[in-house]
Amino acid sequence: MDFAMSARAEEFRSEVQQFLAEHVDAETIAAGRDGTIHSAALHRAIAERGWLSGAVPAELGGGGMDPVELCVLVEELQLHQAPADALGVAVVAVSMILEHGGEHLRTAVAPRLMAGEALACLGYSEPESGSDVAAARTRAERRGDRWIINGAKMWTTLAHVADYVVLLTRTDPDAPKHRGLTFFVAPLDADGIEIRPVETMGNERSNATFYDNVVLGDEWRLGEVNDGWAVMKTALKYERGIAGGQFPSPPVIEAAIDWARGACRADGASLIDDDEVRHKLVRAAIDVEVCRSFAYHTAALASEGAMFGVEGSMTKLFASESYKKHCAWFLDMMGAKGLLTHDDPGAHMDGRIEEHFRHAPVTAIYGGTSEINRNLVAEGWLGLPRSR
Amino acid sequence: MRTRYSEDQQAVAEAFGELFAREASTDAVRAAEAGCGFDAGLWRTLAAAGAPGMAVAADYGGGGGSLVDLAVMVYEWGRRIAPVPLVEHAVCARLLAAVGGDWHRDAVAAVAVGELIATLAPGPLDSGGVARLVPAGAVADVVAARRADDVVVTRSRPPATARPNTADLPLADRDLSDAQTVASGAAAEDAWERALSEWKALTAVAYAGLAAEVLAMGVDYTKQRRQFGVPVGSFQAVQHGLADAATRTEGARLLAFRAVCALEAELTGKPTPPIRARPWPERPVSAANKSGKYTAATHPGLSDSRSRSEAGRSDGGRLASMALLFGAESARFAADRALQYHGGYGYSAEYDVQLYYRRAAGWLLQLGEPSAEIARLAQNDLGPKATEAA
Ligand SMILES: Cc1cc2nc3c(=O)[nH]c(=O)nc-3n(C[C@H](O)[C@H](O)[C@H](O)COP(=O)(O)OP(=O)(O)OC[C@H]3O[C@@H](n4cnc5c(N)ncnc54)[C@H](O)[C@@H]3O)c2cc1C
Repeated sequence: MDFAMSARAEEFRSEVQQFLAEHVDAETIAAGRDGTIHSAALHRAIAERGWLSGAVPAELGGGGMDPVELCVLVEELQLHQAPADALGVAVVAVSMILEHGGEHLRTAVAPRLMAGEALACLGYSEPESGSDVAAARTRAERRGDRWIINGAKMWTTLAHVADYVVLLTRTDPDAPKHRGLTFFVAPLDADGIEIRPVETMGNERSNATFYDNVVLGDEWRLGEVNDGWAVMKTALKYERGIAGGQFPSPPVIEAAIDWARGACRADGASLIDDDEVRHKLVRAAIDVEVCRSFAYHTAALASEGAMFGVEGSMTKLFASESYKKHCAWFLDMMGAKGLLTHDDPGAHMDGRIEEHFRHAPVTAIYGGTSEINRNLVAEGWLGLPRSR
Repeated sequence: MRTRYSEDQQAVAEAFGELFAREASTDAVRAAEAGCGFDAGLWRTLAAAGAPGMAVAADYGGGGGSLVDLAVMVYEWGRRIAPVPLVEHAVCARLLAAVGGDWHRDAVAAVAVGELIATLAPGPLDSGGVARLVPAGAVADVVAARRADDVVVTRSRPPATARPNTADLPLADRDLSDAQTVASGAAAEDAWERALSEWKALTAVAYAGLAAEVLAMGVDYTKQRRQFGVPVGSFQAVQHGLADAATRTEGARLLAFRAVCALEAELTGKPTPPIRARPWPERPVSAANKSGKYTAATHPGLSDSRSRSEAGRSDGGRLASMALLFGAESARFAADRALQYHGGYGYSAEYDVQLYYRRAAGWLLQLGEPSAEIARLAQNDLGPKATEAA
């Protein structure tokens, strides 16, 4: 036991830092404010560097980057506030295709995604199903050697800029819910697909996507018919390495320290000398170190080839819940000025804390809600009976 | 990076896990509470197993183990809240071996093999040279303390009675007016800070053990106890409270062992590569950096750490303080949830949860006020307050 980064991982960190210093500037960050947390130039640059394919496991034909280095990459991306939501999705989509896809998907789609030339999005959630993802109702029916898709997906983030959607469908409505699911990778320019924006309280825009008699050849199927749940499980496994979300708070703490150094209390004392402010900054710093400990631990387990499961749920649960808390603390610290958004010229550091405050709640919802993660910890870690 | 025990460490965990389970049952804990919070028989057993000097240099008759090996054993000790002052003793033994070469070499050797019990007084001496509420003060033969710029040690007969306290810890006042100086100046400063950091990190590890065990009690109980025709552990409100406790407990364990590893690496001259010590800059950024762009240049590494005299000065020291605070909080949370989900029985003297609940408060407070620890961390991360600098 050493909890020590190898020299190679540290070298890699400097490499990533240098890369991000070149590729992520204020403009790149600001561009994400149009709602699409994605920069085409950055995405391509990351792919060209080999880090996108690198994040795909070697046994599937990817670069097989060491999970600890992958963790470093994810950490630095988050610390630099890089708009890179499409990266994780691409890695998951490629991994799913390489593990379960047929010839067409492997040769026509996966290489384009790996090169950063094309983007994918994930179509799991629906208007009526989110946490209970296996209850998906979007229908796929076989007609000869084609499939006809009908239904609606909700929260198909990035669909408006993506080329493909990884689509969870129901192929056997009579089978038990986990046994009648089938995945497809659908080209988003197919006839019958409609994309409508869904605005959020935060800066991110998502989409509702609709599928009206969309015709797909069998070559777009991903995995066996009615075996979609098995594919889903591997998707969740791949998501763990790249999903990020373990390091959300440092940019907020950075801004809070900056504010506190410049602001004064009513009695003239500097806010950075205020005991309550100092205590909150320390508490937040402790939470950050807990998150890093979790993240490095899960990465180290993965690099030893050990499977981890519940640790990933714990990491996400702790990181998102503490992040929400930090955002609220430091927003409060700023009083009325904390409310100013980046559109106001007087907003502190481009309204960073305010922006994070609006973003934070979603981190406890998407990718598995806090409640679902608590269920998983209760069942998988503590062995308590299933509560639902 | 390795975040799991090595095979040898696994063997240490198993051996001491068994020893403590056998010799430090909750019956033994209760029996010790009737006295001064100390089980002399258990101490002799541990001494025979080489535990007290496990991580003391072989020159002094110790086992020559690393701080990490010691922590592996301390985790098992924490799980059983075993009534012996293992952490205080081990930390003091290492301190004496580091600085006390000329101070009664035979006494240090007797400490290393556990013939004498040693401890540290974390707080300042009062004007009469008395250290108040010394952890393990009721039973320690050797007490080290800080006096002005010195580290001092005394060897005297322990009172064998404790001041009655919440956690039934062997706390007692000790007279150190005739204590001898064993280190002065910068050497004393470094050795003392180092000892306190080890103490904090090991206590954090013990807290992770305490939390895991009390959580297991909560889980076991809620699986058995039935109300409304079902186990209370099937209620989601109960599950989610336990899941939160489990998450914090695991986070506390990881942070505590990470702190121990960082301290060990500093000793062996292989400090952990500067994992960005603080992921945010220390200086104001808005003037130079209006955009809020986060630049690598603004990240201080370890090389940036301040004068060695400040608490938490090193990455290991900083992590040790953090691990202690987080460990204590997590253990208290776990004990609180476990007690709550036992219902009335959790509050009864007969059930074991209360033993853990009380120690979860005690281990931290015997080291001092948590707010002072937070203030030290703030000084380390944010710099001194204007009033402190003056
Ligand atoms: C901005 C944004 C982007 C997203 N991007 C995508 C995307 O790209 N692709 C995609 O497929 N999905 C995406 N999602 C959807 C996301 O995964 C779901 O919102 C999430 O899984 C929760 O589902 P739901 O919103 O339907 O809430 P519900 O499942 O309806 O949950 C409502 C509440 O009930 C609780 N609850 C549900 N079940 C249980 C239970 N068993 N025990 C205890 N409590 C429970 C939940 O925790 C929650 O608090 C996105 C969502 C958002 C907000």
